[in-house]
Amino acid sequence: MTDIPMNTMVRVAAHPRRDIGLKARYAAERRFRIYGMLAISVGLAFLAIMLITIVTKGYTAFWQTTVSLPISFDEKVIDPSNKRATDPTVLIKANYPKLAEKALIAKLGINPDDKPSILKLKGFLSEGARVQLRNIVAADPSVIGTTRDVNILAAANLDSAFKGQIDLGVEEARRKVSDQQIAWMNKLRADGAMAEHFNTGLFSYGASSRPETSGMGVAIIGSFYMMVIVLLLALPIGVAASIYLEEFAKKNRFTDLIEVNINNLAAVPSIVFGLLGLAVFINFLGMPRSAAFVGGLVLTLMTLPTIIIATRAALAAVPPSIRAAALGLGASKMQMVFQHILPLAAPGILTGTIIGLARALGETAPLLLIGMVAFVADYPKTPFDPATALPVQIYMWANEAERAFVERMSGAIIILLVFLMAMNITAIVLRRRFERRW
Amino acid sequence: MNIMTEQSLENAVGDKMNAKSNEVIKMRGDKVGVFYGDKQALFDVNLDVRLNQVTALIGPSGCGKSTFLRCLNRMNDTIDSARVTGKITLDEEDIYDKNIDVVELRARVGMVFQKPNPFPKSIYENVAYGPRIHGLAKRKADMDQIVEQSLKKAAIWNEVKDRLQEPGTGLSGGQQQRLCIARAIAVSPEVILMDEPCSALDPIATARVEELIDELRQNYTIVIVTHSMQQAARVSQRTAMFHLGYLVEEGATDKMFTNPDDKRTQDYITGRFG
Repeated sequence: MTDIPMNTMVRVAAHPRRDIGLKARYAAERRFRIYGMLAISVGLAFLAIMLITIVTKGYTAFWQTTVSLPISFDEKVIDPSNKRATDPTVLIKANYPKLAEKALIAKLGINPDDKPSILKLKGFLSEGARVQLRNIVAADPSVIGTTRDVNILAAANLDSAFKGQIDLGVEEARRKVSDQQIAWMNKLRADGAMAEHFNTGLFSYGASSRPETSGMGVAIIGSFYMMVIVLLLALPIGVAASIYLEEFAKKNRFTDLIEVNINNLAAVPSIVFGLLGLAVFINFLGMPRSAAFVGGLVLTLMTLPTIIIATRAALAAVPPSIRAAALGLGASKMQMVFQHILPLAAPGILTGTIIGLARALGETAPLLLIGMVAFVADYPKTPFDPATALPVQIYMWANEAERAFVERMSGAIIILLVFLMAMNITAIVLRRRFERRW
Repeated sequence: MNIMTEQSLENAVGDKMNAKSNEVIKMRGDKVGVFYGDKQALFDVNLDVRLNQVTALIGPSGCGKSTFLRCLNRMNDTIDSARVTGKITLDEEDIYDKNIDVVELRARVGMVFQKPNPFPKSIYENVAYGPRIHGLAKRKADMDQIVEQSLKKAAIWNEVKDRLQEPGTGLSGGQQQRLCIARAIAVSPEVILMDEPCSALDPIATARVEELIDELRQNYTIVIVTHSMQQAARVSQRTAMFHLGYLVEEGATDKMFTNPDDKRTQDYITGRFG
């Protein structure tokens, strides 16, 4: 090549450029990117609005105002006729609010004979003080006759006022907290007697008509029971059904029909499952209403299609070469499935199950129909006792008007979201960790 | 291609291996037909597989050679729509007979696949799996010995002996295929079926596997499907040519590559079609 003199080389004239629409193509690509970014931005904006609203409304639910009072467990108030040795109901029926009121009067330095002022104290402390003090005495009757500092719950309205959620610009008659109460509140705040503490009650109390003594304890236990039931029933049934359909059943019209029906079931509105549960489990089989067991059964029905679809996809994703290898060695079909296919599909099955469970955890409508929207104050000891569920608790609090309930509702939403996020993150981590490349 | 046939011609003239009186028929196909649904993929194939010989199945894509191979250990059973007619015998026993257990058959007739397909488990586990499910080793020491022997027979022991607990999928393609051969050997089969075992391998790995096939012939009967004429000529003693689902011709490899009876075989071997 290098020997050829330059002048013999033919110089090719610059070829005229064809218009192959490059500009338009790049412009189209740019537009598409912008559409994509717009779509994501809109989604993120709504997510941000939702989260900010919930968090700003709900974070205060995790704090509860209490008044630290030196309660003297006066025998004259608790057991005036000294009958507690023979009649245990005395300790239960005793006038405990009186103890709290007395302590508060002393603390505020009000004249015990100043009846109008004492009347204004009504609604300052929570009615929950009765249970609070009764529990102390019940746990240790020897406390009678002594004095002890107790953090008495403030009433919901005072709690709201203390958190600055009540507009004091509104004239006194039209708000729930009087000027006098505000003044006392500020006095106690200055003393350090009235303060906010982490609201453990939000997690432990059952249903109550008073916001300050209502919590999600029953709902958490109910949801926990249901998740356990769903996991115990839906996972084995779903996996067994998937393995049979995917690996053993002949592919024919009938299995096609089953497949269509499973996909259909996954899309059936959950309220329909609730009606089914009501008709079959409660009305026909006579199971108890409002019970977590029935809720778990209904959610199992609802979760099964999700798990079956995810499991079948995971099984189908195991390459045929692994099946051929196992069968070629003389493994039986059962050995092939349980020793090779299932372990390889396990991460996918687990991910599908967790996502199904997360969906079941957030499900409300079917639970309303089987009576889990109930006022349940006591912890359900077994899954057959009345209980509620987390999303149902949110629904019930959303129906209440008080500011303190709105706050609790938002707090409950935060807790539910945290649970859901934890489950979904677990699913993603599992998928990442065990994802195989072939 | 022509060079190759001339080479083979010299071999054929050199040693007349065509007629051997003491050849034993290990497997025999008698009018084997295979249907996939309504479509017939294989027509009336009569083919003998001889003991301790390598039988090569050649022919253009879609000619039915893999289908026939998969009949020999009933891998076609795993396809719902597949139906096999005719008769295939192993040591004069009909393998499609009701009394024959397919699991036992596959332990006697092992298979190596086109793409290396080790289990995503350790090298040791890959080899030990077959003997374990068939209960061939009672103690750990026995199993260790089976694994070592199998890997040695598959000519891969030296490369993997220090990393038996590492995943089999981490080996190179050629090593994976030899691991798969070791895995097949581990259950002590009588016949080994190989479905284009070198098609996913480079020439060096291919040469090693071919060498191995020749060694294995001493103890096993081998049936190999291949697209490579040279490979068929190099490793096999007998060759069967398939075309469009029919067995065109079958005979000693030397004769097939030098003096085939059928025009189609001649054309295919010399590269005129296929």
